[in-house]
Amino acid sequence: MSDAAIRPKIERASLAESLKTRAPLALVPALALVGFLAIGSFPTWVTLTVAGLAMGMMIFIMASGLTLVFGLMDVINFGHGAFVTVGAFVGFTVLAWLAGWTSDPSILINLTAVFLAILASMAVTGLLGYAFERTIVMPVYGSHLKQILVTMGGLIIAQQLIIVIWGPDAIHLSRPEALQGSFIFGTALVEKYRLLAVVVGLILFLAMSYVLNRTKIGLLVRAGVENGEMVEALGYRIGRLFLGVFMTGSALAGLGGVMWGLYQETITAHMGSEIMVLVFIVVIIGGLGSVGGCFIGAMLVGLLSNYAAFLMPKFALVSTIVLMVAVLMWRPQGLYPVVKAK
Amino acid sequence: MISKLLSGDRPGSPILAIVVLAIFLALAFAPFLFPGTRSVETAARICIFIVLVASYDLLLGYTGIVSFAHTMFFGIGAYGVALAITVMGASFAAILVGAVGGVLVAMLLALLIGLFSLRVKAIFFAMVTLAVASAFAVLVSQMSAITGGEDGLNYAIPSVFKPATKLMDGRLFGVRLDGKLLLYYFVFVCALILFLVMLRMVNSPFGRVLKAVRENAFRAEAIGYRVVVYRTAATVLSAAMAALAGVLIAVWLRYTGPATTLSFEIMIDILLMVVIGGMGTMYGAVIGATLFILAQTYLQTLMGAASEATSSIPLLPHLIDPGRWLLWLGVLFVLSVYFFPTGIVGRLRGRSA
Repeated sequence: MSDAAIRPKIERASLAESLKTRAPLALVPALALVGFLAIGSFPTWVTLTVAGLAMGMMIFIMASGLTLVFGLMDVINFGHGAFVTVGAFVGFTVLAWLAGWTSDPSILINLTAVFLAILASMAVTGLLGYAFERTIVMPVYGSHLKQILVTMGGLIIAQQLIIVIWGPDAIHLSRPEALQGSFIFGTALVEKYRLLAVVVGLILFLAMSYVLNRTKIGLLVRAGVENGEMVEALGYRIGRLFLGVFMTGSALAGLGGVMWGLYQETITAHMGSEIMVLVFIVVIIGGLGSVGGCFIGAMLVGLLSNYAAFLMPKFALVSTIVLMVAVLMWRPQGLYPVVKAK
Repeated sequence: MISKLLSGDRPGSPILAIVVLAIFLALAFAPFLFPGTRSVETAARICIFIVLVASYDLLLGYTGIVSFAHTMFFGIGAYGVALAITVMGASFAAILVGAVGGVLVAMLLALLIGLFSLRVKAIFFAMVTLAVASAFAVLVSQMSAITGGEDGLNYAIPSVFKPATKLMDGRLFGVRLDGKLLLYYFVFVCALILFLVMLRMVNSPFGRVLKAVRENAFRAEAIGYRVVVYRTAATVLSAAMAALAGVLIAVWLRYTGPATTLSFEIMIDILLMVVIGGMGTMYGAVIGATLFILAQTYLQTLMGAASEATSSIPLLPHLIDPGRWLLWLGVLFVLSVYFFPTGIVGRLRGRSA
């Protein structure tokens, strides 16, 4: 008797089906190609593409937490932008303390300063996420209307408290020495910081994919997205799992805030709510709750905004709306809709 | 007669009836009761915001849809009038053309947004409207050749409404009978009519279906109402009403700019007014708008005084700085969503029932 007889038969998806699921993957290169044809000049295109990817990565960092929280617990957090802002302010405060380190010519000390700033802001926003979940979000599970209202209220309060603590004025801070300026590849100019942002974003995406797909916690989170009650019935405390995801999402928003702040070199109390517009567009394009879709959506939005800003500066934000409408007309639930077991 | 005007939807509690009547009388005789530019300015703002907030309540309170694009429709109405007057000159025809154009554009846009985002999920709608509204605001401030950009548009209004126009010699109860007075009553009467129309709307069979959709969309669908159609209709109607409120504010201020019509701050103000006043009742809009604007105008002075009085204590003066009043409103907002989801009006009505 051979093993083959009892081996389960696994249906292979037909070519058409697998094309259907993979089709969104082709969108990013397609957009880059269209951008190249529209711009026409190779060095400009490289600069813009790297800028677009960097922006997309930063938006992905901020959006991934939001989309996971929605997928897992059906909670949409309109106050997510507050974590971005708080993260940026904490990061900038730490960097201001370490002014001696950031002006040092050594890249290692520079990166240590940035790393410490990121660590501090992630710790603060993670804790803030804990407080936010317990006091503001927990009492309104199950009611979307109240969630939207209450988290919006939380955003207002957080924004005002930031003004109370750090004052109403915008804060400027230049990037550490080693991260200023650009590399020159042939004739193309690539800012160093953007390259760093792309690297950090990619590492984060890979780490997240690994955790979600290869670890037990990831398995529980994915199972929770599909059917929370079942996970609970199997003896796992989904509430605690959710709290963990919420805190991670908030910490990631803080990380995104520091990176975005260093990218712009200026932060204001309203930066969070401004960037939330892009984050929401990305989450909608990707499909509410889907991390992979969120990644593709972020790349698309980042690239398109930069191409559009170059080609027709006045319509940069409008172009992303057009992209969102186009995607929704193709797939009304977003690129990768999350299937909930009912 | 009164019951018919109110479409059979009486305030329902003696205290509420007295408060609403007091607000009505105060607004009706505001120029005589509280002479002075600032108080008349406040009264007109209250009239306009009652319409705006009531139209938002049509969506949030009655249909259970959260939209963040309400200021966009408000702004479309205002810019419609502003552009029409800039092009055609100061005449009533221009106001009419601007108003009709603005309302039509607002309705069309609401229809489009509703059709492609209301089918999926209510939460989708909130996010889509947020994105579209902010893109619209950016677009308006960047197309400065047409819209005046961040500076907005200043324009003249028909000369009947100008403060310099004398309607009659002499004074009535010590108030000059000038164009400004006429303009106030124009705003007041329009706001009153629009409010009564909305009251009629929500107490019609159509309004009843909206409430059914809010309570249980699935069941409403099962009974045979097409939920998407009703949700979209509510969106379109509330957009039209918001645009009309925008027309009123454009005529009243003689100025239209992003800060007075499109900004996200106003959207948050509207949200606070609806929730604090009471979702799901038109009277909530009256009370919410009145309280909020009175607080906005007069409470900040009080907070400034308190902030100075406590200047020796650390942090406290920063917390009660007049600029921080939104902080306390935010706290009040969160608490009222938790503990009084029906707002002030719901509390008052609940007690008498």
